[in-house]
Amino acid sequence: MNEVFYIAAAVALISTVMVITRLNAIHALLYLIVSLLAVAVIFFTLGAPFAAALEVITYAGAIMVLFVFAIMLLNLGPRSVAQESQWLSRKAWIGPAILALVLIGELAFFIARGGGRTPSAGVVEPKQVGVALFGPYLLGVELASLLLLAGMVGAYHLGRDWGVREQESNRARERKSERAGE
Amino acid sequence: MSSIPMEYGLLLAGALFALGLIGVIVRRNIVFVLMSLEIMLNAAGLAFVTAGAKWAQADGQVMYLFILSMAAAEVAVGLALVLKLYHQFRTLDADAASRMHG
Repeated sequence: MNEVFYIAAAVALISTVMVITRLNAIHALLYLIVSLLAVAVIFFTLGAPFAAALEVITYAGAIMVLFVFAIMLLNLGPRSVAQESQWLSRKAWIGPAILALVLIGELAFFIARGGGRTPSAGVVEPKQVGVALFGPYLLGVELASLLLLAGMVGAYHLGRDWGVREQESNRARERKSERAGE
Repeated sequence: MSSIPMEYGLLLAGALFALGLIGVIVRRNIVFVLMSLEIMLNAAGLAFVTAGAKWAQADGQVMYLFILSMAAAEVAVGLALVLKLYHQFRTLDADAASRMHG
């Protein structure tokens, strides 16, 4: 088990270094996803399978998809086609693919060992987490829901299309200046 | 299952956090700054889960869940700000927005 932890830790560190040294945002994002998957493997070896699953689903899944959407939205126009072909080059995906293969190898090792369901003292089951979450930490859950609501309202407010309103105000200003000119 | 010494987990969390901090300080592209923030939050979650595994308590994972939801809210607002910045200044340079309007 220790070897799996060390290999996953090495993968996480290497891919994180690659994230902060890449120039292309999509390349960095690929490495960031590999880094998060490596941390998920580390959670699993630490005996936190629920946290590992959430890391894959929420971090490597939902949050990274949000990043991809934002980066795609930033690259509008004909420039994006040339960039697309550049992104799909071998050089872009070979590094993350090798690191991800290492993680797949570790997953295969787990399955070959007879799955992760071996009962041992150190594993914190999802049931325990749920009992703690909706027991003593109930107030924290409510606060987290409030935070998510605030985040949603804030993102909607910032992402709103203000263009229409600005155009209208510009037009009103022009009309006013025309009237002043008369 | 938790035969791994806690120090190594915390050391890894610290290293990841330091890398994220370096990313925030060094990079000027605001998308990379946001990614580095994600790395730092993830490292903090790793520290919590490691400590929770040490004493086989669920509290570490509960705190990790809170960090996760905070990261989700933060990234939603952050990316909306990135799009806004790009529409306003036509650049992703964080220094472009260093001047206030008032």
